Amino acid sequence: MANNRIPSGPNTPGSQQTPTQQGIKIFIQRDYSEGTAVKFQTRFPPELEDRIDRQTFEFTMERLNEHFEMAETADCSTYCEGCLACLTAYFIYICTETHYEKHLRKISKFIATQNERVYNPRGIHITDPILRGLRVIEITIIDVPNCQSPTGNSTNSQLRHT
Amino acid sequence: MAGRRVTRKWEVFAGRNRFWCDGRLMTAPHPGVFLLTLALICGTSALHFAFDAPYLAARVSAALPAAGAALCGVTLAALLRTALSDPGILPRALPPEDEPAPPRPPPRAREVLVRGRAVKLKYCFTCKMFRPPRASHCSLCDNCVERFDHHCPWVGNCVGKRNYRHFYLFVVSLAFLAVFVLACAAAHLALLARGAGLGAALRASPASALAAAVCFLAVWSVLGLAGFHTYLASTDQTTNEDIKGAFASRRGAPNTNPYSRGNACANCWHVLCGPLQPSLIDRRGLVLDPRDELPPRFAQALCAQPQLQPPAPAPAPAPAPAPAPAPAPARHAYMNHSLDLDPVPLHEVCLKVGGGSTVGGGGGAAVAAGGALSASRLRLLHDTTMIDAALDLDDPEPPRAPLAPPVPPATRPALALSV
Repeated sequence: MANNRIPSGPNTPGSQQTPTQQGIKIFIQRDYSEGTAVKFQTRFPPELEDRIDRQTFEFTMERLNEHFEMAETADCSTYCEGCLACLTAYFIYICTETHYEKHLRKISKFIATQNERVYNPRGIHITDPILRGLRVIEITIIDVPNCQSPTGNSTNSQLRHT
Repeated sequence: MAGRRVTRKWEVFAGRNRFWCDGRLMTAPHPGVFLLTLALICGTSALHFAFDAPYLAARVSAALPAAGAALCGVTLAALLRTALSDPGILPRALPPEDEPAPPRPPPRAREVLVRGRAVKLKYCFTCKMFRPPRASHCSLCDNCVERFDHHCPWVGNCVGKRNYRHFYLFVVSLAFLAVFVLACAAAHLALLARGAGLGAALRASPASALAAAVCFLAVWSVLGLAGFHTYLASTDQTTNEDIKGAFASRRGAPNTNPYSRGNACANCWHVLCGPLQPSLIDRRGLVLDPRDELPPRFAQALCAQPQLQPPAPAPAPAPAPAPAPAPAPARHAYMNHSLDLDPVPLHEVCLKVGGGSTVGGGGGAAVAAGGALSASRLRLLHDTTMIDAALDLDDPEPPRAPLAPPVPPATRPALALSV
């Protein structure tokens, strides 16, 4: 899955910053194994080990990748949109939103929902990758004072509230 | 609130690009040659419409000037679109992301497999990141550009992922326009010369001769360029890769292009009409404190960390249920009319500024700035909230009881609005 042959870069997944003013940051890198389309690595970063279970994290990443794939796939309607834009000398983009933007908005919404429901109660925050130029997914870990204790407690309260 | 000055991202942009109209338009640092291109196209077209078009409309057909006008309009629109839009610049890495891990000098390159083919990703010391495959750093604009094609001085901009299709349309329509103007000028001169000879025709209409000369000089290179880019688009290559011979077979070993979709039509379709990413540099977005991207509870924890105490001692607004109204999170420009900008009442914003300054000296100023910005975003929001109704949410928001008193009022309305 991780296609780095030399995974010792500064930004490899799992590279951990010392807890600074910004909290602990983890960066999930892009996965270029299928071309330059936006896709992120789904490898589970060990820093999240005691905060969240692997399946939940992988579910989020896979859904995210699915959303990006949908944004990048060019079906017939996308081509029609492109052709129409070309015929109108691209002036149509002034008044309509592109297929890609619609999906980016869905992605932002998905991340916001996941953050609010799953990650923030456990002291994790996922930054929308569009704010980092779709280069990385930035994950911030913070020990919030009145945060629930990591696993058992939070799942209980989640069940209670849902 | 109306006259409050906000800082937009283009004002603090790290590259050398120049921005116009409050960041709506951008060009390379020296757009002089672009103006020359514009003047040549406009001048030649003006000569055509002033001298050749009326004559041909009367003698041949009124459809000719109409076709010429359409062609000229498309060419100029494509040129302006190429020259004044974002070619696909990758924003530079922000401080927490660019800090290298213990091996201090970062490795200069790393290798990834793209569809089974090894591709080297070079580390860009200016942009502080490993360049994605096909991206390259433009030394003139000082930016990494995705799917970098070349820096074109004639259009005064880089040509990359986001404006290649406009550039291609420009080159092709310009080729047609040049052929068209040349043919019209030649026809005009030929019709004049039929009775009186070529010398008399040139004396009668020197403007046609001038337009014909300009087009004759330009048409060869433009036709060649159009053919070359048609070839590149049909094989999904960039000029940069073609020049460097990235996919040329080496020592007899086939070296295929891993980005190609297999057939020429699919490549052309994808390159010219495929889905288009919005601009990643978000020129018109507001510059905010990075902490504003975090939920308010996290931001509070960060402010409190240096003092090792929770941010409880906020003296004046203590009984208020929400010590921290959500600061407008840093959002991308395309999301300005977005899902989670719920209207924050102004008094809460003021309250936030007051409360924030008590938390910590350093953080106070930043928080105050955040409060001011959320006030100015408010106006934007009121104009655009109706768009949210059209959004569909994949997962419905579950009803969840507040967990801790200071938290929910800030985070909750963010999604409540869209349900």
